[in-house]
Amino acid sequence: MRNFLKRFYVFLIFLFLYAPIFVLMAYSFNSSRSRGTWGGFTLKWYRELFRDREIMISLKYTIIIAVLAAIIATILGTAAAIGISSMRKFPRSLVMNISYLPVLNPDIITGVSLMILFIFSNMNFGFTTMLIAHITFNTPYVILSVMPKIKQLDANIYEAALDLGATPSYAFWKVILPQIMPGIVTGCILAFTLSIDDFVISFFTTGVGVPNLSITVFSMARRGVNPKINALSTLMFLSVLALLIVVNLRMSRDIKAKREKESVSI
Amino acid sequence: MKKKVMTIAVFIFVVFASLFTGCGDSTDKVTLNVYNWGDYIDEEVIRDFEKTYNIRVNYDTFATNEEMYVKVKSGSSKYDVLFPSDYMIERMIEEDLLHKINLDNIPNYKYIEPHFKNLDFDPNNEYSVPYFWGTMGILYNKTMVDEPINSWTVLWDEKYEDNIFMLDSQRDSIGITLKMLGYSLNTVNEKELEEAKEALIEQRPLVLAYVIDEVMDKMIADEAALAVVWSGDATAAMRENDDLDYVIPKEGSNLWFDSMVIPKNSTHKEEAELFINYMCETDVAFKNADYVGYSTPHIEARKRLEPEIRDSVVAYPNLEDLTDCEIFHHLGEDLKLYDRAWTDITAR
Amino acid sequence: MDKKSFIAYPYVVWMVLFIIVPILLVFYYGFTVETSAGVQFSLENFKRFFEPVYLVVLLRSFGLAAISTIICLLLGYPLAMILAGKDFKRKNVMLLLLMVPMWMNFLLRTYAWLTLLEKKGIINNFLSMLNLPTINIIYTTKAVVLGMVYNFLPFMVLPIYTVLSKIDKSVIEAAEDLGANSLTTFKKVIFPLSLPGVISGITMVFMPAVTTFIISRLLGGGHYKLIGNLIEQQFLSVYDWNFGSAISIIMMIIILISMAVLSKYEQIREGGGLL
Repeated sequence: MRNFLKRFYVFLIFLFLYAPIFVLMAYSFNSSRSRGTWGGFTLKWYRELFRDREIMISLKYTIIIAVLAAIIATILGTAAAIGISSMRKFPRSLVMNISYLPVLNPDIITGVSLMILFIFSNMNFGFTTMLIAHITFNTPYVILSVMPKIKQLDANIYEAALDLGATPSYAFWKVILPQIMPGIVTGCILAFTLSIDDFVISFFTTGVGVPNLSITVFSMARRGVNPKINALSTLMFLSVLALLIVVNLRMSRDIKAKREKESVSI
Repeated sequence: MKKKVMTIAVFIFVVFASLFTGCGDSTDKVTLNVYNWGDYIDEEVIRDFEKTYNIRVNYDTFATNEEMYVKVKSGSSKYDVLFPSDYMIERMIEEDLLHKINLDNIPNYKYIEPHFKNLDFDPNNEYSVPYFWGTMGILYNKTMVDEPINSWTVLWDEKYEDNIFMLDSQRDSIGITLKMLGYSLNTVNEKELEEAKEALIEQRPLVLAYVIDEVMDKMIADEAALAVVWSGDATAAMRENDDLDYVIPKEGSNLWFDSMVIPKNSTHKEEAELFINYMCETDVAFKNADYVGYSTPHIEARKRLEPEIRDSVVAYPNLEDLTDCEIFHHLGEDLKLYDRAWTDITAR
Repeated sequence: MDKKSFIAYPYVVWMVLFIIVPILLVFYYGFTVETSAGVQFSLENFKRFFEPVYLVVLLRSFGLAAISTIICLLLGYPLAMILAGKDFKRKNVMLLLLMVPMWMNFLLRTYAWLTLLEKKGIINNFLSMLNLPTINIIYTTKAVVLGMVYNFLPFMVLPIYTVLSKIDKSVIEAAEDLGANSLTTFKKVIFPLSLPGVISGITMVFMPAVTTFIISRLLGGGHYKLIGNLIEQQFLSVYDWNFGSAISIIMMIIILISMAVLSKYEQIREGGGLL
């Protein structure tokens, strides 16, 4: 009974999170261009999607930037979190508080101020500037995710490893990193998510010919977003889902194989 | 296991990256950077232009004049052709951000309806070539109103409480109120603005929502009886829902233009003119008007449209009837008066 | 764990370049006004903010953000607990599934909520089919809160989950062995141990919720101006970057103070800190 309640609760929350996704997927098959009426089933938006060069270019930059920004921010942020936690009190709280700034600053301020900075430093607006901006607003989220894990760490374990003859780097890779891994993974997912969905900051920091999906979608707002975008979201959603299922199946197979091997060896 | 996941992830990324980078061509063609409103062109036109003239086009899009302006003014992005609206063109001329266009290079300019030449924001046709135009008015649902709609005052009628969509845009909403009160929508007279502000505050409880982009979809879905919209959106909405109709109120309204201009920091002025001329070719202008659905200022292109659009009084009203309609002017520092009034209206 | 602080240096350099320098720019704008005689130092922008109209907006923004954060915490904590529980399988997949909706464009998702919530929207159609009373929350503060909760809930769940998943199970068992019922165990053991995650979560929800402007514009029907709308207006319609910067400086200061209070509280609970 208790298990059922738990599952039901999880189901309800996920229903809440996915309801709009299902709506927008449904509208990708709507032959009317407007959200206001249902004009019958069609696949024409899917056909047109692949001929739309603007959307395809945006998709390319969205993915490349999100992946690169997430990876770099994760490395930078994890290192920062570890380093910060071993700082003395004053520099620690100083760095932490400054790290909050991009989180609490309205996007438009971060965007405009970075734009001014890039103009002053005479940079060419485009891929690099947008990537820098994304790393900048992503990293604090990584730090915020990793920090609680580090606070949970038992310092004695690390010391014990050192006492047992581990070099500091060996102890780091084998002792500390595995323990804070969940935080790192969370941070990485967060960074990727924020990057893929950002509009305002990207808008101000990108240059000619380097749009991302959000810029393209928001630019359509005044005239009503084209259903091609819904079609694209549906495809993205389905491919992420497919990927999850594949990875998951492989994982459970591996676990099973491992168990069998273990039972044989016993 | 983690390694495997990583390998899969890296593999997918590499495939993606190579897929995308493979298709870039690296010849020394001229690249033309074009900045237009989102979904405001038939993309085929760009491809045809590239083929015909062997020029590469970088095509970016924006959502508001203001966003476009920040990027051009700051110099962060160097475009060759822009599509701003009237008041923004006026501002950019004033701030010396635009090149003069050599009309000798735009022979197709002859196709532009003479009414749309020598407009207030560019009186000598030196800087801009019109792309689309339209009016602002009331879109209403015939089944939900029981009287002829012909005045802005209907938006203040308590009968329609929670049945009205206003625009979430200071210039537009204050502008129509000024029109209703019989003033110019470019006024900077504080007393007139105060009066408009009071009227809008009084109207607030009747308004269902202040919207911009979603209004079309909502009117199609019968969410409200009355909405302030641009004529291009009205045409599109009326195509989807037969109960809808559009009127330009008798007190007059706003007349607007989105025109093509060349910014000062363009490095390919000649190619930009070539592009603008191409956009004014009958065939091209027709394709764009057909795809976008807004009113084209191109005489020949209009003739080719389907009769129900071509002769629609919504999309193409009789120009003599529009004498009460004004174009927005750039107000400079006085815009702050509007901002202050709008904050007072919507912040409470 | 001393002497490891050097590995934070790359970030510190990055932080100085791309966080502190831009913030200094914001301060420069906030404390100056443009006059015909050039740029001048001034407190005018700050004075202007303390007019009643703007204070109303400030209070409303903080109020709505606080309500949303509390709801996120109330909804998110149990979810994080369930997901972190030992009898729940496929945790990683569930975590990813929590984030996947956010990979679809924000504007599209918010439009979808409009379609769901409208007067003649999907939910109301469904309710009237079942002869139930319809709900009319669209264009009210309720819809704004719903939008915020929807959009920021995963940011609450993730950090709490991360912390809960690594709480030493033996601690909980020890408490139970000592006769604590599940409520006491939660109150005295689990919750205090999960506080760092809770605080991360609150930060990640509250801060973006205060400054959002699209949610209030779309779901609130433009009726409820928030501080984010005000700032956006200054930057993109009147180009009064000075006033816009001043507003965000005031907001930053208020939030930083509340964060400081929060972390004081955290340190007390930790009994001097586990670092």
